[in-house]
Amino acid sequence: MPAIVVDGLLKNYGQLRAVDGVSFAVEKGEVFSLLGPNGAGKTTTIEILEGLRQQDGGTARVLDLDPWNKGYDLHEKIGVIPQGFKFLDYPTPREAIAYYGALFGKKVDPDEMLKRVILEDAANIWFQNLSGGQKQKLGMALSLVNDPEVVFLDEPTTGLDPQARRAVWEVIRKLKSEGRTVMLTTHYLEEAEELADRVAIMNHGKIVAMGTTEQIETRYGSGQKMIVKANDDLLRFLQENTRLKVEKADGTVVIHLRDRDDALVALGSIEESGAQWGDLTVRRDSLEDVFLRLVGPEGDSEQEGE
Amino acid sequence: MVAELKVYARGNVRSREGFFFTLIFPIILILLFGAIFAGGGVSQVTVYVQNHDTGPASLAFISALNSTSNGCSPTASSGLCLRSVSLNQNFSQYLSSKSASDGVIIPSGFSAAYLANPRQPVNVTLFGNPASTTSAIVSGITREVVNSFNLNGKPGSVGVDSRTAASSAYKYIDFLIPGLIGFSALTSPMFAMVNISSTYRRDKVFKLLSLTPLTKTEWLLSKIIWYTGTTIVSFILMSLVGVYAFGAHISLSWGIGMFLVIGPFFFVSLGMLVGSVSNSPESAAVVGNLVTFPMMFLSGTFFPVSSMPMYLQGVAHVLPLYYVIEGLTNVMIYGNYGPALLDAGLLVVISIVVFALAVRFFRWRED
Repeated sequence: MPAIVVDGLLKNYGQLRAVDGVSFAVEKGEVFSLLGPNGAGKTTTIEILEGLRQQDGGTARVLDLDPWNKGYDLHEKIGVIPQGFKFLDYPTPREAIAYYGALFGKKVDPDEMLKRVILEDAANIWFQNLSGGQKQKLGMALSLVNDPEVVFLDEPTTGLDPQARRAVWEVIRKLKSEGRTVMLTTHYLEEAEELADRVAIMNHGKIVAMGTTEQIETRYGSGQKMIVKANDDLLRFLQENTRLKVEKADGTVVIHLRDRDDALVALGSIEESGAQWGDLTVRRDSLEDVFLRLVGPEGDSEQEGE
Repeated sequence: MVAELKVYARGNVRSREGFFFTLIFPIILILLFGAIFAGGGVSQVTVYVQNHDTGPASLAFISALNSTSNGCSPTASSGLCLRSVSLNQNFSQYLSSKSASDGVIIPSGFSAAYLANPRQPVNVTLFGNPASTTSAIVSGITREVVNSFNLNGKPGSVGVDSRTAASSAYKYIDFLIPGLIGFSALTSPMFAMVNISSTYRRDKVFKLLSLTPLTKTEWLLSKIIWYTGTTIVSFILMSLVGVYAFGAHISLSWGIGMFLVIGPFFFVSLGMLVGSVSNSPESAAVVGNLVTFPMMFLSGTFFPVSSMPMYLQGVAHVLPLYYVIEGLTNVMIYGNYGPALLDAGLLVVISIVVFALAVRFFRWRED
């Protein structure tokens, strides 16, 4: 039984279809990331799963519960950090954790919780005086007070500096190592790459790609590319003398390699052309390339490529 | 719920503005208004008398009133000082013009009725401000005189028709205290709840709370408990200042406690309702002020409702705070429990309705 099952989820805000037929399943113990630009429908999707919003169509089940109708039961078992987590101004992290513990009727040791999220040094600072990263870490701590099976993190690192972001990542890795299911939304690619077992890329309310990052790169990426720093002479030579697919990009020539022969032909032809060249690399599309291709600014790079 | 109460209480004590408005501001008001209106205290009570009668009985009545003191003297420490008012004056306006509230009118035909056989019942009209201690003195002495008249004749032949003087500056502090208690029961919960309902929504604190086992009802009740507590503390502080700085008369009774609970209960609920039905923090603040300010000044907080023009009195009677203050005044000044219970009952009913609406309309989560 997967921890989260979503099937054909729909949500409209007036005329706008925010979530448009989203389906996926998240296995227990998995870190699953919804990746997408702002407004893609990530937060709406995750809020439906948390029981904060009611879907207009489709089904959602979390730990085999209907989030909207069984919210109170579900909330005992899940932890949530909403996007842009904010709390009351005056409690200190230690007090906030004790408060949450009391609300959930759980005995928690605030100091131990603070240690888990690496926030011991700010235990007695009023919330309003905490830094962005510290606030976010407190959010993590609060979401863990009830020892949840599933943790929902909605853009937990947005607006944080790189160190704070890495500290939050550290906590998320710990969650995974404790066997918790984590659902993470982000618009940072490296965050998804770094943390997620599987990624779903969302755009305009739809999932446009899903799988491990390798699967997505292979399936939606361009395959191997040889990139050479060279001028138009090389481009023209290759176009006239080989059947290789070539293109120009930022002062480089990009040669698409379908197989190993292509690579050998390409190398030979470059040598043969007598053109000036340097900085030769072979690589495949990264998740970022795929992401930009799938959701990017009107698919500019895609049109140049094909 | 206890935890919610604790964390909120702490936040309140730490935020200086909240603390100021809850406890310090009413104290400043009482000092201010008390100082303005306290003026010089009266030792001998001046009573204005207008005698419409020409017979001997009315003169006997006046001399009986007069016998309580040895004439008017600025140094006299007790008794009445009678001042006669000519017949062509409108008595009530005359009192107003003297900033006085105490007076007696003897009707024409008083002697004839009193001396007739069988005697006709006849009433003298007693003017006074129920909120003022001098009126109580005048009323007491007048009734004594009336009683002695009745002993000489048939019982019930002379009666007293009480009227409230249109204006008064006597012991302003006495009615100011119930007014200010009502004021503090109104303002701090109203402003705080309107503000909370919009900022919590903006900061998604409600969303956060909806993800915990805390219910909306528990949350709102914890706010009511807190504001009941602050209102009680505020009452104690105001009473102490009132009694020791201005010589106010406060009789403590369970009736006061009743209103100290119902008031905050109602206004916390109302504030939450106002905040919940408004779309944005700005509109919530506007609606909140629209509800709060008229109530603040028209319900008898700073000035007695009876001194307002009739149309404003009409407005006052639909304002819930009016009933809180009227109830408190009934309990604290008159010891009048029947009407106070009626006020309280009315408030309980509308409080329950408003509380239920607030819980219904304020949303933890979106739909």
